[in-house]
Amino acid sequence: MKLAQVAGTVVSPISHSFFEGQRLLLCDLVDPDGSENGYLIAVDVVDAGVGERVLICDEGTSARQIFGITTGPIRSVIVGIVDDVA
Amino acid sequence: MHLGRVIGRVVATTRTGGLDGIKFLVVQPLDKYRHDEGTPVVAADAVAMAGTGELVYYVASREAAEALPERFVAVDHAIVGLVDQVTLSEDPA
Repeated sequence: MKLAQVAGTVVSPISHSFFEGQRLLLCDLVDPDGSENGYLIAVDVVDAGVGERVLICDEGTSARQIFGITTGPIRSVIVGIVDDVA
Repeated sequence: MHLGRVIGRVVATTRTGGLDGIKFLVVQPLDKYRHDEGTPVVAADAVAMAGTGELVYYVASREAAEALPERFVAVDHAIVGLVDQVTLSEDPA
């Protein structure tokens, strides 16, 4: 999984049927020390807010398992909100 | 998934099996501020509505084929949505 910080929201009125009704967040990938290292657009299932540090699962089969499906073009899912990295 | 901009289309009449009827578009990957980043890729259009100039988001690797009606096809990038708006907490643009 990857550490990230939610940078903003993505609005997509027309998308693949899987993404209809899903919340898309643009997340900066961050190192443990907080420095940015690229970004990902991920589906949010934990109600993360902008500015929060989150955990992103970036693997297709695990992502589909979260949604209880066997097929679907999903790979990046926000699966946790990070309180602290010690 | 990443942001991209459609900058062209690819016409390929000879294709491997399973790719019939799929529209291929040239997509320029973008950074979060919608500036060009990296080299363009050819992506299958899984929403069948993307056109040149459009801001899209796309999925790469194995999940790209999952976006298409036929799931076991030779596709490594697929456009899965058109983007209306990106709102960043800190946006210099």
